[in-house]
Amino acid sequence: MATSFAERHRTIERNITLLAVLAFVVVIVGGIVEIAPLFWIDNTIEKVKGVRPYTPLEQAGRDIYVREGCYLCHSQMIRPFRDEVERYGHYSLAAESMYDHPFQWGSERTGPDLARVGGRYSDAWHVQHLTDPRSLVPESIMPPYGFLAKHELNQGDMRAELATLYDVGVPYRKDQIAAANDDMAAQANPDAPGAADFRKRYPTAQVRDFDGDPAKLTEMDALVAYLQVLGTMVDVNAAAANETLSKEKGR
Amino acid sequence: MESVLTRAGLWFAALVLALLAVAGAVDTPFAIQMGIVAVAACLGLWFTLRQPDYDAIARGILRAPADQGRYDDDVIRWGVIATVFWGMAGFLVGVLIAAQLAWPLLNMGEFGNFGRLRPLHTSAVIFAFGGNALIATSFYVVQRTCRARLAFPGLARFVFWGYQLFIVLAATGYLLGITQGKEYAEPEWYVDIWLTVVWVSYLAVFVGTLARRSEPHIYVANWFYLSFILTVAMLHLVNNVSLPVSWLGSRSFSAYAGVQGALIQWWYGHNAVGFFLTAGFLGMMYYFVPKQAERPVYSYRLSIIHFWALIFLYIWAGPHHLHYTALPDWAQTLGMVFSVMLWMPSWGGMINGLMTLNGAWDKIRTDPIIRLMVAALAFYGMSTFEGPLMSVKSVNALSHYTNWTIGHVHSGALGWNGMITFSALYYLTPRLWNRERLYSLRMVNWHFWTATIGIVFYAASMWVAGLTQGLMWREYGADGYLVYSFADAVAAIHPMYALRVVGGLLYLSGAVIMTINIWRTILGHSREETPLGQPAFDPAKDRPLLPATLIAH
Repeated sequence: MATSFAERHRTIERNITLLAVLAFVVVIVGGIVEIAPLFWIDNTIEKVKGVRPYTPLEQAGRDIYVREGCYLCHSQMIRPFRDEVERYGHYSLAAESMYDHPFQWGSERTGPDLARVGGRYSDAWHVQHLTDPRSLVPESIMPPYGFLAKHELNQGDMRAELATLYDVGVPYRKDQIAAANDDMAAQANPDAPGAADFRKRYPTAQVRDFDGDPAKLTEMDALVAYLQVLGTMVDVNAAAANETLSKEKGR
Repeated sequence: MESVLTRAGLWFAALVLALLAVAGAVDTPFAIQMGIVAVAACLGLWFTLRQPDYDAIARGILRAPADQGRYDDDVIRWGVIATVFWGMAGFLVGVLIAAQLAWPLLNMGEFGNFGRLRPLHTSAVIFAFGGNALIATSFYVVQRTCRARLAFPGLARFVFWGYQLFIVLAATGYLLGITQGKEYAEPEWYVDIWLTVVWVSYLAVFVGTLARRSEPHIYVANWFYLSFILTVAMLHLVNNVSLPVSWLGSRSFSAYAGVQGALIQWWYGHNAVGFFLTAGFLGMMYYFVPKQAERPVYSYRLSIIHFWALIFLYIWAGPHHLHYTALPDWAQTLGMVFSVMLWMPSWGGMINGLMTLNGAWDKIRTDPIIRLMVAALAFYGMSTFEGPLMSVKSVNALSHYTNWTIGHVHSGALGWNGMITFSALYYLTPRLWNRERLYSLRMVNWHFWTATIGIVFYAASMWVAGLTQGLMWREYGADGYLVYSFADAVAAIHPMYALRVVGGLLYLSGAVIMTINIWRTILGHSREETPLGQPAFDPAKDRPLLPATLIAH
């Protein structure tokens, strides 16, 4: 048996095509079995109310979050452990990142988890903390990001950005895409002429000046707007949400 | 002449396209990147038109011996130098970002913050240092084991220079804030497309050379190299599917979101480890360890079994990066089970490598290059035992998100990948440059010890830091409340961060010693030194002890 197995393997060793094809077949199996079902098994993502696409300002903030590599130190994925739920809030649901291109679950907690940081601190706290982290948390080892408040927000044409996100599967409406540039400015300025329209398009969004400098729309505005929406879309304590989650099994 | 014109025309077209892209760019970073492409195209055009004598340049800059007409080694010599250069760059940035975590004042604003330098470090060591080592050694090994010259020599040169352009574009991109935001897959869409072109050319050169072989059998090292090239192509293509916002801009959005995106990313990420850093480097091991030990591979049958088992099982292990997340439970459990099974083929490879030294174990004492190889295999064995352990869900609950993971990764990267690469470089340099021996074997010994002690510092400090974090985060007091704030745990591991910098500095200084050694070897110098490991032999003392009474008389 043993000899014949080695003998038979010699055929593979003498044939480059056979070796390459067999090796390729062997390496694709695992990926197909594990990944493909996630796209069609119904209960991969639980159905909860409240998840909406990001507003243009939040999306711009998310781009800055990605650009600065925040995901390298901060996770956005609370695991269902008593200590994590007490420290960070309700464990993260798959639905909460269903419109995240790319996902930002992270792999390290050099800094704390941010999945539910929205609404936990004031805007002023965030601005101060981003500008000089150690002025608020002396033990912190976070780099300072004061330059964000100096950079005017210039993310290019947000209509093109939302349209691209639509193409990869984020359900923006046509009117949301068309008004993306105005909406980005309006969210940070409640007195802007477009603010009322913006509220209609995104009824649950927070509208205010985020960086403490109403005169300018800065990268700080966008990043704080993004941080303040993290984990707030689904009301995890609502009865309806709890009913859905309690029925979860074998996911 | 016609071919010169055609090539010059192609370079000119590339130059014009790059300049148009600079002019039409929708964001400044993209314009800068296209400027770099334009410079590369200018260089290509200049070299094509001037038609310089490449051999003369190689002999001048590289001090390369004249072509012996046997094997095509030019591109491998370039690869050796590039590996040393990018290794130094990657280790240096690694020490810097380690120091930033210990002393945050070292963050240097927008372009020098940890968040932008960290991908620079990981890409420099994995793709620049590791990638160049893999390309150079695979070209060396495939020629020798097939007894054939490299197929498509022009394309092989394109692979080398194209890969360097990929590295430069990726690295400058990170500093400019261009990133896809996926770990180890940070380069943006246009860099990904460029890498695909380079990688397919790499596959063509490698398979072409295999096809020209004059040996009937394909040697086991080449199985590993081949599966590495094929699988990395697949992973790269699938994970990087994305849609650019503008064809003249740097930003794109991944086709995948949330839970699916996470699993595809870690299917990619884990197999970047499994195929780039394991299968490829096992190919290296299967050639250089038997050559240096002058012994055949321990077991042919074991190499068959562990090859097929390794490439089959590795692919499944990705979900262990997502334990207890919103990824469905069945996928997590499947990933865990396969990760634990992976322990066996991994150790199959380690055993096959170590046992190759059967009958030559004395060389560990006399040959520091063998010592590097044995240490590499030992670290490979340790981290492939630690990996399955950490993939068990209950262990992962403690270790995930902590520095334990960082320690684990570095015992594999510094120990296994680094040391096997160093030993291959030490093997290759004298042979590629026709030198009698390395400049200094004693310096190899120094390199070995500084690197080993450096890794011990690194791994031990990160294990302690990781366990400290994991235990402090979940610590409950008698009153039923969490005992520590997050900041408490950050403060607690500060000494460990500082110790890690010490480990990194040691490892870096070992690499400096290697750089000097290889540089002097290339220059043709050899250091006058007492040979290593030759214990003094005194024939007069080589006799039984005489009874004391006899001596007294």
